[in-house]
Amino acid sequence: MAVRTLSRPDAYADAPEKKVTLYLLMLGFVALLIGSLFGPLQALNYSNIDLYPFLRPLVQSYYQGLTLHGVLNAIVFTQLFAQAVLLYLPARSLGLRPNMTLAWVSWWMAFVGLAVAAIPLLGNEATVLYTFYPPLKGHWAFYVGAAVFVLSSWVTGWLVLEMWLRWKRANPGRITPLPAYMSVVHWLMWFLASLGLVVEVAVFLIPWSFGWIEGVDPLLARTLFWFTGHAIVYFWLLPVYVIAYTVLPRQAGGKLVSDPLARVVFLLFLLFSTPVGFHHQFSDPGISNFWKWVHTILTMMVALPSLLTAFTIAASLEVAGRARGGKGLLGWVWALPWNNPSVLAFLLGFILFIPGGAGGMVNASFTLNQGVHNTTWISGHFHMQVAGLVAMGAMGAAFWLIPHLTGKPLVRPGLAWASMWLWFIGMFIMTFALHWMGFLYGVPRRSYIAEVPEAYAGAGPWMVLNAISGVILFVSIIFFFYVIFATALQRRRDFSQVQEIPFAEAISKPEGNSLALLAERVWLWFAVAAGLVLVAYGPVLVGMLVNLNPVPGVRLW
Amino acid sequence: MNESHHAFERYEAIWLRVVLVMILVFLVLIAYTALNYGQTIPRGAGQIRVGEVRAGSEFANPRLEQVGNEYVAYVQAFAFGYSPGEMRVKRGRKVTFYVASPDVVHGFMIERTNINVEVVPGYVSKVEYTFDRPGTYKIICHQYCGLGHAKMLSRIVVEE
Repeated sequence: MAVRTLSRPDAYADAPEKKVTLYLLMLGFVALLIGSLFGPLQALNYSNIDLYPFLRPLVQSYYQGLTLHGVLNAIVFTQLFAQAVLLYLPARSLGLRPNMTLAWVSWWMAFVGLAVAAIPLLGNEATVLYTFYPPLKGHWAFYVGAAVFVLSSWVTGWLVLEMWLRWKRANPGRITPLPAYMSVVHWLMWFLASLGLVVEVAVFLIPWSFGWIEGVDPLLARTLFWFTGHAIVYFWLLPVYVIAYTVLPRQAGGKLVSDPLARVVFLLFLLFSTPVGFHHQFSDPGISNFWKWVHTILTMMVALPSLLTAFTIAASLEVAGRARGGKGLLGWVWALPWNNPSVLAFLLGFILFIPGGAGGMVNASFTLNQGVHNTTWISGHFHMQVAGLVAMGAMGAAFWLIPHLTGKPLVRPGLAWASMWLWFIGMFIMTFALHWMGFLYGVPRRSYIAEVPEAYAGAGPWMVLNAISGVILFVSIIFFFYVIFATALQRRRDFSQVQEIPFAEAISKPEGNSLALLAERVWLWFAVAAGLVLVAYGPVLVGMLVNLNPVPGVRLW
Repeated sequence: MNESHHAFERYEAIWLRVVLVMILVFLVLIAYTALNYGQTIPRGAGQIRVGEVRAGSEFANPRLEQVGNEYVAYVQAFAFGYSPGEMRVKRGRKVTFYVASPDVVHGFMIERTNINVEVVPGYVSKVEYTFDRPGTYKIICHQYCGLGHAKMLSRIVVEE
């Protein structure tokens, strides 16, 4: 076996897109490492074990740690993973190369934006949590850095669109390959969805943080935030879905059951991801119950594509399990390759995703929401989803993607496997406890509970579970990051051993299928999605804009 | 394994119907509960200038007052506490809470009830509730508002 060393400067000369993908991916994992290390501190806080005083003067408060945890994990890591995977997979599936200059522009924008935002975050000048609701007012560098960071995702989106249009011109009348189709729909969804956040930050928060305008209407800011804030969870989730649909079936030893259905699922996400934000604002004044009800209906509709995904992925895994010799009603489950850490990550992630999705439908229910809104139930819910399937899908993908990109074999696969089991067990215990603490005892989310130990004494046993899960997750973090950094930083490199991306075959193919043909009219569906957003948000936003009630900013941390 | 996609398509169609019926049932239940038990859903009660919360509005005189057989409360949620402090009401009587903030976004959640309100500066939140069981209920700020957030707690005592 030919073994080369890292010193070769042109290791990526044949495939420069691999290098930019690797840089996006690894920058994301560095953010995830730092962000995740605060996680156990949060978990321990719930059982009145307060480690934050030991972190001074590096970290000033629980809330500064929580801000870093949320921003790095939920904004930075997730976006960079999407930028890496949904640039590279469409490029491979179309057989095209993205514009490399712009690809590096997007990486540098992400890097510089992150660095600029990191200064006030680390300096305790922007302890506003990842929702940064005004009138809490952070340092301007936080808003400017975050804006540059988010806009770098638009560059990636444009790169994918440009590749797709190039492919369409060269292949008139042909149906777009599934990974590229899903990526295009994902980026179009994000262009539409991110408008709220971009307007909030660019039009209101940045001028306000520079002192050019006196105040910001907090309700309008919240509304613009949640315009993007719910769709952003699909922005995080869909890259993992792309891998689950197009790679996982093959890794598990089977095929994707239906290619056209996968397209329909992504179109439904394009339609229903964005006009649903009021379900985060059920408890807000200033939005009428009528509009909250409209968003309730649309939110329930966005459950549809995930429920269809549950069917398709389960059926595809069943095909795999039976192909591997599994028999009977459940025999195929045990026949799946549970020893493959990449497959294991998805299997466990999907197991978490089922109760997480059910909890999501509770949150989306206008009336039930009152029982859980802003309690730790919500933290439990989104950790099940984002720290569950999204993070585990990304981690599972890293186990084959980093070797694929670098030509370096995965170091200690056994440790990778163990990290996924520990992550799953830790997350399961933690999210279970958070759900019940919030629902039964009204423990609020994002709260420095260790400061008021007697206040929630009744929830004691659940809080102990939090501490236990925090320790388990900490061990998992160490294992996982050891594996991926040891893999990426080793000197061994052998591109001749690299396998192509294991894209799965489909049983039901798109060619000649009427659903697939209908789905191919992407611009038409984009227009419908934009129209739906206009209807669901237009009247409310216009009402808020003509009745602006600006409030001056304050710093209370 | 029979890879004929007709079997999948049949199950797929059944599953799609199951899902659509499930969503419809949920929506009907939500509508029913909202129409019949929806008085605890917070409503907006107009805008207010933040400067007037502490001077020049009903909230400048935060209080719980008895109006006939019911109560009306004007509550200030501020960094980091509530005014009036402890409130006392009789069980079985409707309480209408008006809540406003003079500074940042706060929460107004009463444990073991459906009262769950975001208090957004510039807007008045209104919510109604009838306490059926006597006891002491914590009022909890459930929206991050700064360093004192966790300590932003108050109480309402429901008497026989």
